[in-house]
Amino acid sequence: MSLLELDDVTMSFGGLTAVDGVSFVVNPGEVFALVGPNGAGKSTIFNLVSRYCTPSGGDIRFESKSILGCAPHDIPRLGIARTFQNIELFEHATVLQNLLIGRHTHRRSNAISEILHLPGVRAEERRHRLAAERVIDFLDLQPHRESLILGLPYGVRKVVELGRALAVEPKLLLLDEPASGLSAEETDDVAFWIEDIRKVMGITVLMVEHDMGLVNAVSDRVLALADGRALAIGTPQEIQTDPVVIEAYIGLGDDEAGE
Amino acid sequence: MRILFKTSYDADLGLFAHRYQAFWYFLLLAGAAGLPFVMNDFWIGEVALMLIWAIAGMGLMLLVGHSGQPSLGHAAFMAVGAYTNVILQASLGLPFVVSFPLAGCAAALAGALLALPTARLHGIYLAIATLAVSILAEDGIVMLAPWTGGVSGIFAPDIKILGVGFNRYVNAPGFYWLTLGVAVLVVLGYRNILRSPLGRSLVAVRDSEISAQAIGVNLARTKAISFALSCGITGLAGALMGHFAGVFNHETFTIFLSITLLMMIVIGGLGSIHGAFLGAIVITFLPLAISIVREFLNERFGTASVMPPGIETAAFGAILIAFILLEPMGIYGRWIKIRTYFELFPFCRRDMFRRQRAYLKTGRIR
Amino acid sequence: MATTIGTLAGAWLVANGGASDLESLQLLVSGLANGCVYGLIALGFVLIYKATEALNFAQGDMMMLGAFVTLGLTNDHYWALPFWASVPIALLLMGAFGYVLEITILRRMSGQSQIAVVVLTVALGFIIRFLAGAIWGHEPQSLESPIAGVNVRFAGLVLGLDEVAVILVTIVLTGLLYLGFARTRLGLAMQAASQNQLAAYYMGIPVKRVSALIWCLSGIVATAAGILLASKGSIDPNSGFLGIKAFAAAVIGGLGSLPGALLGGLVIGVIEPFAARHVAAGFSQVVPYAVLLLVLIIRPSGILSQVRDKKV
Repeated sequence: MSLLELDDVTMSFGGLTAVDGVSFVVNPGEVFALVGPNGAGKSTIFNLVSRYCTPSGGDIRFESKSILGCAPHDIPRLGIARTFQNIELFEHATVLQNLLIGRHTHRRSNAISEILHLPGVRAEERRHRLAAERVIDFLDLQPHRESLILGLPYGVRKVVELGRALAVEPKLLLLDEPASGLSAEETDDVAFWIEDIRKVMGITVLMVEHDMGLVNAVSDRVLALADGRALAIGTPQEIQTDPVVIEAYIGLGDDEAGE
Repeated sequence: MRILFKTSYDADLGLFAHRYQAFWYFLLLAGAAGLPFVMNDFWIGEVALMLIWAIAGMGLMLLVGHSGQPSLGHAAFMAVGAYTNVILQASLGLPFVVSFPLAGCAAALAGALLALPTARLHGIYLAIATLAVSILAEDGIVMLAPWTGGVSGIFAPDIKILGVGFNRYVNAPGFYWLTLGVAVLVVLGYRNILRSPLGRSLVAVRDSEISAQAIGVNLARTKAISFALSCGITGLAGALMGHFAGVFNHETFTIFLSITLLMMIVIGGLGSIHGAFLGAIVITFLPLAISIVREFLNERFGTASVMPPGIETAAFGAILIAFILLEPMGIYGRWIKIRTYFELFPFCRRDMFRRQRAYLKTGRIR
Repeated sequence: MATTIGTLAGAWLVANGGASDLESLQLLVSGLANGCVYGLIALGFVLIYKATEALNFAQGDMMMLGAFVTLGLTNDHYWALPFWASVPIALLLMGAFGYVLEITILRRMSGQSQIAVVVLTVALGFIIRFLAGAIWGHEPQSLESPIAGVNVRFAGLVLGLDEVAVILVTIVLTGLLYLGFARTRLGLAMQAASQNQLAAYYMGIPVKRVSALIWCLSGIVATAAGILLASKGSIDPNSGFLGIKAFAAAVIGGLGSLPGALLGGLVIGVIEPFAARHVAAGFSQVVPYAVLLLVLIIRPSGILSQVRDKKV
């Protein structure tokens, strides 16, 4: 059974068709990468899956159920968490608080019991804290636990955002350019983490990435996009030797694909 | 520098960061409770007023400081609280202990009702919408004259709990203790909100609506809840204000009250409970101080003829400007800086608190 | 501007449903004239908002101060300068006032929350109001201008010259500012500075000077509004509260849009007299704010604004 399924999805903004009849399936337990030049529609696909926009045609199914009837805030409840290309953290909160906010879908207490701070709330807080601490341990965020996001360097913020998505405990993790702006060493870390996220935590990963090195290292299958259309799908090696893909990249004067 | 040695998650879940802090707050509370024994009735009244301001300020702080939803209309919710409280007592004969929480609920309901249609508004547009609400409420009070007494106003009956009267003039300490009790309860509730998932979801909505949604926060619902809580607290303050004033009409709850509330929390320091109290101290005692200085000058130098009318407001304005220019983080922000300076003495660097320069970037196309 | 015409036509239709045509038309013209004053004050708001994203709650008070400065120069009771000499002096003085305000106070607020700026400008308003009251007194006064109290007849209508002047001046000023923003180097610099301050810095735009100039310009526009208001009716130190109405106007039109400010002003100006006539007394003065709320609920950023959704 497939986890996420895009069926002939089309998205147009005014006259521009950002995604044009794209279909693909993400299987449970795999790392699936979307690659393609800027403006190929990768981020739009992410925003469609997060329900920030509604496709003009086609259907998106998660665990065989269409998610087009869901509001954006229902998506994490289904088990889909995401990160953002340009980092969208809660800047005036600490790292720990950011991770705890990530636990929102696991909240069981209601507003009134929280205002009174009934014993149940405290027990639940301990559980949230334990989950957050597990993420902190996994991502080596201990030194930054109590720091405000505002004061953290870019690389750490990127990790915190990954942590926040993991705190949701999703089935599917959407990573929007997890390595953009990171140094070579930090990118290596990301590669190991993605590996662990899949193997140890059993979370399926769908990612958009420009760094072909990272894509090669971690992904099982790759979908190459250009101008909103799917060009080819296959293993990283297959994609990089695919003549259509090479054509699309070289046509843009970009030799990333030939690396 | 104090080193906190935390050995359980509960250490972070408590009301206080550490035992010394708890000690200081209990000392403060004891001092506050003992005030009526060292002050005369006039000053106790002023401190009670300060507490009422602080309660209203906490209501607004929850909305502006923690949920990031600016409101220039909180006078309207104070009015809802004040009128509901008095009308329930006068026409239904309910006792204060019943009408007071109901007044808070009524204000909360009004706030939630406002939040639903305005959920899509951001920042300054929301401020303007609430400003309009404040102006509409002022006229609404006049229009609903059969219930509200309109222009001629309405009398607040004396508070009686278990046969004890809490009239502000007859039993000033009693009224003060009552206000203090409410303030303490509100602070406790506020603290509980901040350390629970609800408080975190408010912060999430404040800092990034997009990623708040991405982790499952329902924006419209969270905004409605924050409006309800905020307006409810402010409504409680309004009810107390009604009893404090004794008689009030539409002019008690003008747009200026809304603006004053906002000024108060900005001066106090946005985003902290302390800020509401510090701001309330400034708002209550600054005009008092100005008039004392003025009287002193008049007596000493005979300047009564020279001082033009309205100079109090101007002085108030000038001091506010100075506050905002000199300490953008509010009084509480300054306090934190001072405390850190002494905690780290002599290792505090000047640029430790330098703000990161923020540059303007808008989503406007035209 | 098509929307403006539509709104006016709508108001006209409403008017025709009521009493005689001519009376309604006169109501419409006086409403338009009032609306133009609101629109002019709103224009000042929008200028500042456009360039610095700051909200100047003291704009109404700057209008009042500008009116008083002109009045102080012109009226026989004070300096008794000829009207046409005092107008440019007043405009200059108030322009300088705006400039100085920016470099001394507002500049230090860059990067701070909008709410703090709101509070600051409200406090500024307190001070301006006090100054005006202390210098010129608290009684309502009229500006002795050549356009006051003269009537012109036009197609059977009796119009005050003041009303005609208000409408003309507003149209000319809005047009000039609009063109200025779209065409001149300074205008483009202002646009750039408001959309992305840092990038504008890097491109060599003197961002600080640009925002000082904006405050200067907004002081001048406020003074123009004040002069027109003071010759149309009277002013006193509390006239600055008109600013709140103008504020509503700016938001209805969409903060950030100059034609929007004018449109919003006209909407409020026209609604008022008609509401006063057709709506029960007591409700009429709240109608503009009810309209404001309605507009915001339907179009969260005003009628003529263009706001891009945040991209992720």
